Amino acid sequence: MIRVVLPAHLRTLARVDGEVRVEALPTQRAVLDELEARFPVLCGAIRDRVTQRRRPFVRFFACERDLSHDSPDAPLPAEVATGEEPFLVVGAMAGG
Amino acid sequence: MSRIRVLVGTRKGAFVLEADGKREDWRIEGPFFAGWEIYHAKGSPADPQRLYASQSSGWFGQQIQRSDDGGRTWNPMGNAFVYDGVPGTHQWYDGTPHPWEFARVWHLEPSRDDPDSVYAGVEDAALFHSRDGGATWGELAGLRGHGSGASWQPGAGGMCLHTILLDPVDARRIYAAISAAGAFRSDDGGATWKPINRGLRSAQIPDQDAEVGHCVHRIAMHPSRPHTLYMQKHWDVMRSDDAGESWREVSGNLPTDFGFPIEVHAHEPETIYVVPIKSDSEHFPIDGQLRVYRSRTGGDEWEALAEGLPQRDCYVNVLRDASSIDSLDPCGVYFGTTGGQVYVSADAGERWTPIVRDLPAVLSVEVQTLP
Repeated sequence: MIRVVLPAHLRTLARVDGEVRVEALPTQRAVLDELEARFPVLCGAIRDRVTQRRRPFVRFFACERDLSHDSPDAPLPAEVATGEEPFLVVGAMAGG
Repeated sequence: MSRIRVLVGTRKGAFVLEADGKREDWRIEGPFFAGWEIYHAKGSPADPQRLYASQSSGWFGQQIQRSDDGGRTWNPMGNAFVYDGVPGTHQWYDGTPHPWEFARVWHLEPSRDDPDSVYAGVEDAALFHSRDGGATWGELAGLRGHGSGASWQPGAGGMCLHTILLDPVDARRIYAAISAAGAFRSDDGGATWKPINRGLRSAQIPDQDAEVGHCVHRIAMHPSRPHTLYMQKHWDVMRSDDAGESWREVSGNLPTDFGFPIEVHAHEPETIYVVPIKSDSEHFPIDGQLRVYRSRTGGDEWEALAEGLPQRDCYVNVLRDASSIDSLDPCGVYFGTTGGQVYVSADAGERWTPIVRDLPAVLSVEVQTLP
């Protein structure tokens, strides 16, 4: 079981409170596949529908690390895989 | 008594403003979709309780929202705007080929007679159609594929299809306008298209009267005269009386002919409204005086309408989709500003009052006249 924390706007879209718990292989791709299957409204909101690339202003953090540039098929940290630490989907900081 | 509902899209959410036919006491609901850009929201002429809204974000992309109860509740619909086939390229700012990439929906145009039929104008410029209430979308690819698409180039605001006009008499005729490509017309329901820009001149392109490349800001039509079109171009206010086959300038005595929106009076097809803006680099009214200009002669002769509008220190803009009219008598005229004000004139432009003053920057205003 993997714990996913969505940013506020995506929690509103998906109509969920707090963390989302998903049963998936511990990779970004598998977690996002499962998220989008459960919440179709999130399709296109985290990664591009066609290319499957992460949207430019979305970041993936876990265990105090930025996983945004990791391969979507790379294993997530063991602490995420076991549910000890959450997988964070974050809207990038915007200045101005 | 009739009621008025005004759908306002802003940089940070949507608002619904409602009043009775006097248009004096307004109830303001919102923000809906707080924090998201609402480029456009519009009701179905066939079912006024059916509303569509384009909700987008630089972070989280595009959503299409639909309400079936006049804006009280909303549900996300389909957001798969996938270009037909291999998308190909258009010109980028530096003149190099750039792949077509979907960015957002600028404009939603519901069908006149089917609540489930709605068109979407998107960036990068293309026209999509849904026949199932926004659940699924298909591109009308003949527009991008008619021949000139590869030469289209974005304006400073992006390469957007921002205007969709559905002919009220000929159901197969559709007009679309793109910045910065120009105006286009289909006579077969969107299958095939042709540019309709003869008569436009634009100093910002190397061939000033080229077939495409013009930065059309907005086109308007009165339903009783679907062959007459009015256009606010980047610079110049234009008119066509032959369904866009040819255009002539009707800027006349306007103090500046730069601007974004253009509207036609609900009951007088020769009465039109524009909001002159100082220039393409100074997007605010001349001398800090916000004025709507009205022509009762279909252009050329214009009068300033200023009563109730700020006449000093006003440096807001009025964007292309941020004006609308109601169909009461006298006709109501509405517009929103980048400063967050939404103004109404309940007497066809003579006197103006703010409905609300401090919304986020207004991107779009659409009015519904309800029974």
